[in-house]
Amino acid sequence: MDYAAIVVLEILYMIAFLALISAGLAIVFGMMRVINLAHGEFVMLGGYATIASAKAGINIYLAMLVISPIVVGVIGLIVERLIVRFLYGRMIDVMLATWGLSLLLIGLVTLIFGNTAVSVPAPIPGYQIGHYQMGGYNLFVIAVAAILMSAMWFALRYTRIGLVARGAMQGREIISALGYNPNTIYMLTFMVGAALSGLAGGVMAPLTGLLPSVGGAYIAKAFITVITGGAAVIAGTLTTAALFGTVDQLVSFASTPVVGEIAMLGLALILLRLMPQGITGQFFRNST
Amino acid sequence: MTSSGFGIGRIRWNWLGALAVLIAALPLVYETSTPTLLAIWALFALSLALMWGYAGILSFGHAAYFGLGAYTYAIASFNIGESTVPLLLALVVPAIVAAIIGALMFYGRISDVYLGVMTLVVTLILNRFMNATAGDAYRIGNARLGGFNGIPAFPTLNVPGDPNWAIYGTAYYYVVIVCLLAAYLIARWILSSAFGRTLIGIRENEQRMELLGYDVAGYKTAIFSVSGAMAGLAGSLFANWAEIVTPSVFSLGQTAEVLIWVIVGGLGTLIGPMIAAVALGSLKLGLGHQTTIDNSLVLGAILILVVLLIPRGFAPSFAAWRRLFAQAQVHRRQARSTRRRRLALQDAKQ
Repeated sequence: MDYAAIVVLEILYMIAFLALISAGLAIVFGMMRVINLAHGEFVMLGGYATIASAKAGINIYLAMLVISPIVVGVIGLIVERLIVRFLYGRMIDVMLATWGLSLLLIGLVTLIFGNTAVSVPAPIPGYQIGHYQMGGYNLFVIAVAAILMSAMWFALRYTRIGLVARGAMQGREIISALGYNPNTIYMLTFMVGAALSGLAGGVMAPLTGLLPSVGGAYIAKAFITVITGGAAVIAGTLTTAALFGTVDQLVSFASTPVVGEIAMLGLALILLRLMPQGITGQFFRNST
Repeated sequence: MTSSGFGIGRIRWNWLGALAVLIAALPLVYETSTPTLLAIWALFALSLALMWGYAGILSFGHAAYFGLGAYTYAIASFNIGESTVPLLLALVVPAIVAAIIGALMFYGRISDVYLGVMTLVVTLILNRFMNATAGDAYRIGNARLGGFNGIPAFPTLNVPGDPNWAIYGTAYYYVVIVCLLAAYLIARWILSSAFGRTLIGIRENEQRMELLGYDVAGYKTAIFSVSGAMAGLAGSLFANWAEIVTPSVFSLGQTAEVLIWVIVGGLGTLIGPMIAAVALGSLKLGLGHQTTIDNSLVLGAILILVVLLIPRGFAPSFAAWRRLFAQAQVHRRQARSTRRRRLALQDAKQ
């Protein structure tokens, strides 16, 4: 019984993790058809912002929930103005340029913080289920992911901003037709996407510890979650996160975490082969 | 394009000859270890340049075939001892794997980003798997896969038929150069054949080629496999050079590097990516000797600048600049001769 509870909690945590690290990438891909390969490095920068702030004595929740998104959002804004805006409509070129950016950011962070692992202790103590010790902070991650996803869904569905965002998913012309400048909207979208990545990085920082190259671990998972999810931002991300999270954890419990990850990647390959337009290209067509 | 040296057409034998003499004479004045590695990288770049530049297939996981070649060679040479068969296997295994993966993707009409993700995921699976193969349970014949530490100390290349006669140092340099040259000529031959022309047609307009009755997926699978074999050869040569194979051959960094070489060198050329591999490879090795500037910082900056400023890469842009320059010269000459004629006419009138 205890064991079952733990398995369920771990699955929930994995789903939350995937949803959290994919949200920023999903918004940028869903609305702008831009694949940001520097996404993992945005997450990494969010983590560094949180750890640096926490080390400077700032309350850690303030650091991860406010400072990290703002810092990375501003970085995203700069990147959009300097690089991405010249490449809209050239999907492959954007991927290459953002890959270059990812290398550049890794190099930059290595220069500033050095190539050593830094970490910050999790602010919530563990708790006991039967004989098993569980990380209390995992529950916080699940809560943050749930609130973030609900907020995004509510905003997209019921607010003016959400309407414009859904218009942007249809194409540039719709934004213009709604009376907005597409370039401004794209700029803001990229910034929001970056800020969400920063939030994910900040929230994950106490659990994972940080290296300049940690982004590589995030980008692959976020990438497959978003692409397999397809065009609908929330429904796509949630379905694939749920699917991948469950498979990963179940296989991990049955064998080892590595096999779990391989199973998840293999599942992604099969799903992409069967549904190249993503799950929401096939099912849930009218969802957001 | 056929008239310029970068196109599909004739090979400029005088340039090639001069280059060959230079490369052949290099060991007389310089150590061979670094040039060997650079030549291996050039071969790796060539394999991707052939597929991406001419068939328009962008793989984000070309390191998979490089790594498969390296691992195949290491495992096979442990089990066989003599190096000829392992080297052939290092060509065949990546070619077969690439053919299977390629067929799965291309017959499923997967392209662009989705193809990028799938190839990337394949590389990641191999990387994760190889990292997890520590311990005695993971062995193929006599070869322990060794997990994160990789496979060290496998028998390296020998003269075919005589396992005791090892090829190393300067001799190995020449072997690698011959492989590179052979691969280059094969690539040129492929591109000038009907098969290669069809590939270029597919790159230009896939739908049109399909409506003309070509089996587009089949052609793409074939070039994917050929490119995989070349990358596998590069991988096995790399394994011989390094004398150890670790899971890092499957890393994202390896994939990123070869992509950068090809895009910087220029899509749609073979020589450009090879030169870029040598130039950027030297730069990387040079940066490795110091610690102030991080290597990936420089590579990243180069990639961003090239995509923004010269998205076609150096070789095609260079050819275009040369054409512009030549045109300007023709104009100038014409203008001069017109002026001279006019002056002559005026003289005659007086």
